[in-house]
Amino acid sequence: MTVGTAPLLRMEAITKRYGGVRALEDVRFECDRGKIHALLGENGAGKSTLIKILAGVVQPDSGQITLDGQPISFNSPAAANAAGIACIFQELSLLPDLSVADNIAITRPPMRFGLIDQGAQRRLAEEALARVGGEDIHPLAPVGDLPLSRRQMVEIAKALARTPKILILDEATSALTAADVTKVFRMLKQLKADGMAIIYISHRMHEIAELADDCTVFRNGRYVETFAAGTKSDDAIVEMMIGREYSSVFPPLPEKKSGGPSMLSLKGLSWAGQLNDINLDLKAGEVVGLGGLDGQGQRQLLLALFGTLIGVTGTIEINGKAVKMSNPGRAKSEEIGMALIPEDRKNEGLMLPMSVRDNLSFASIEGFSRFGIVDRKAEAVAIDDMIKLLNIRVGDIDGPVASLSGGNQQKVVIAKWLMTKPRIILLNDPTRGIDVGTKQELYELLRRLAEGGAAILFYSTDYDELIGCCDRVLVFYNGAVVRTLEGAALTEHNLIASAHNLPTSTKAGAAQVFATEAAS
Amino acid sequence: MSVESGLSTKGGRSWEAWGHWFTAQRGLLISLVIFAIMFGFYAWKLEVGLSASMVNTAANKGALLALVAMAQTIPVLTGGLDLSVGMVFVLTNCLAASVVNGDPRMTALGIIVVLITGLVCGIINGIIIVYGRLQPIIVTLATGAVFFGVALALRPEPGGSVNFEFADFMTTSFFKVPSSVILLLAVVLFIWIPYRRSVLGRAAYAIGSSEHAAYMSGVPIARAKIMAYALAGFLAAIAGLLLTALTYSGAAKASLGADYTLNSIAAVVIGGTSLFGGAGSAIGSIFGAFIMRTVGDLLIVFDINPVLQPLFVGIVLLFAVSLGSLRLLRIKNKLDLYR
Repeated sequence: MTVGTAPLLRMEAITKRYGGVRALEDVRFECDRGKIHALLGENGAGKSTLIKILAGVVQPDSGQITLDGQPISFNSPAAANAAGIACIFQELSLLPDLSVADNIAITRPPMRFGLIDQGAQRRLAEEALARVGGEDIHPLAPVGDLPLSRRQMVEIAKALARTPKILILDEATSALTAADVTKVFRMLKQLKADGMAIIYISHRMHEIAELADDCTVFRNGRYVETFAAGTKSDDAIVEMMIGREYSSVFPPLPEKKSGGPSMLSLKGLSWAGQLNDINLDLKAGEVVGLGGLDGQGQRQLLLALFGTLIGVTGTIEINGKAVKMSNPGRAKSEEIGMALIPEDRKNEGLMLPMSVRDNLSFASIEGFSRFGIVDRKAEAVAIDDMIKLLNIRVGDIDGPVASLSGGNQQKVVIAKWLMTKPRIILLNDPTRGIDVGTKQELYELLRRLAEGGAAILFYSTDYDELIGCCDRVLVFYNGAVVRTLEGAALTEHNLIASAHNLPTSTKAGAAQVFATEAAS
Repeated sequence: MSVESGLSTKGGRSWEAWGHWFTAQRGLLISLVIFAIMFGFYAWKLEVGLSASMVNTAANKGALLALVAMAQTIPVLTGGLDLSVGMVFVLTNCLAASVVNGDPRMTALGIIVVLITGLVCGIINGIIIVYGRLQPIIVTLATGAVFFGVALALRPEPGGSVNFEFADFMTTSFFKVPSSVILLLAVVLFIWIPYRRSVLGRAAYAIGSSEHAAYMSGVPIARAKIMAYALAGFLAAIAGLLLTALTYSGAAKASLGADYTLNSIAAVVIGGTSLFGGAGSAIGSIFGAFIMRTVGDLLIVFDINPVLQPLFVGIVLLFAVSLGSLRLLRIKNKLDLYR
């Protein structure tokens, strides 16, 4: 591969507005063959917009893009594909009813006699899967039947099968298991060595530290700086992203309380081989974390508590009284007072086309109603309080919730549930894909809620978060709690060791081990 | 049906491959089994035995609905619906009763004109839906009314005629196989299977599965949708031709068009195609159509008042749909119900 003097891709003076909102203002970006270029910034910084422009999903209002020295512009994803740009999106671009092979070959299927060649397509899919390390996936399986982490591997294989010049990964690893991440990283390094240009977006700093050659930071739709990876400290990078002094993200943990009666108590909870004999005592004012590798039963526990699973055995006691959780309506009732902040805010948390106001009052609407008629005044007062409490930045409260940024959408989901005045709050990975600033606000909110007497169960895939926010952490492995970590034993090293069902070290916080390394 | 599956069982995991094939074709196989049972019952109860002419009559009745149902299947696969298929069927019937006449050359030309008319009707639907960005239901409801209006203008009173050789050819049997069945086979072999394996056919499934993801994957959405409705119009025109051959005339009857439209949707669902789009097959719709027609024949051999036919068709429809949702009983996470 001959490397010219001009970079492979150059974007200059790119500006994009949505209505009155400025998404990108006079931004530049370059990337070259054989390099992994990380794009950093908070949510709303403009990273996604830049990627969408490259992928042909949206068109810039002004600016120039050159590929191999030639000016280009894409009016559709198909055009971007044809130019050799492949994108792996955070939101999957897979067709659930079609087979894995159909999906991988969807853009340019192999043809014979004018028709799609099924055999060639299957071989193509098998090769692509083998390259990303997804040999366990059957090419004829319907994509909709695969678990999320397998679907993400198919998505990566699909992008690779197009043999792109530029590969873009937008939070592509967020749904993967640690073992998959290792495989994908190995593959990315190989692709880089083969001369591909890779643009990498992630909120996980350690992934960027491991992969990137160059980093570019965006803030508020503007270009901030480009620098070689490893030349700045994590703190300095975070400061660049949020544009202010970066103090401790986590509020201080309170003194250990002497306890009290437990609000939620589980005895021998099991379900369908995915939850095995879970025991738990959760007291008012406690934040208890659920840790471990992704997909070890943490989500199922939250769903079982919220009444969406059928055939759960064992007992659930609320304030010492055994209850049967039959459905979410029952879980949120006055008697139980439970709320679940779901992981998938677009499908389970929000009605995207409906207004912010309607979304906020959905879960608590009965509380504002008399004889089925909604008391609009009481509703408005409660909504105002919530927007202030969570500092939600809404342009128009009657506008669609889809127009808010990711972080603000997530705040709406949380506010919606806080409006039911829950006493037991279940959180299912609530900070996934959310910017640092909003995360910090959320951590403080959690603490305040706990101080106000709520009991909180907090599942997170981010180890720092578990350490910074939780009084103790239950580590899951294969559907069971293998260890409870608290106090000085609650360290990244111990979390990772326990997640792999290894013995913990007594040297608290001595080792800085990344999940990916531990998995390999 | 192995033609459609395109299985390459080279290497290992062939059992798994068959498993996935079976899952994908389950709706079709269920409709095939129901039809086989019903028809077997009918043939067994029939004391005189099945004569060639009875098979022929049964096949002709079924083939009309089967063709309209195949037409309906393709828009449904894209996640749409075509409420005008029945009216295209009526319109082409009226047109055929005027133009499929005269010497063989004129007759052939007439057939081509009828088929092109159906195709154009479908293309009009597709263009309005794609470029007007409108809901298929309301667009085809409107165009259906327009097509029926044209049919009425062409033939205010029932009548007309058709080339007799052509009519005989379409209604006879070859080696005891009714020509309407041969016609269905030909449509499957030369239209459906090539379409199913073409890029635009694949795109139709992709759009029905997730239009957003299809767009992000660079699938030609506009062309695929127009093609789907165009093919629907074309297949409905073939049905219109067959109807003309069976009745030797054309009639602009609104109830006929509406009946065929609604029954085609039922046949599509019985045949295992999802109304949400993305999964199913036009071959299933053929069996769906024959199941609906066999209900009437069964009523006759069981000496039940044929007036009750809609009641039994309804029960069969409910039964077939329930079979499709049996898997929901195995669900252990209620959230899976909403996927």
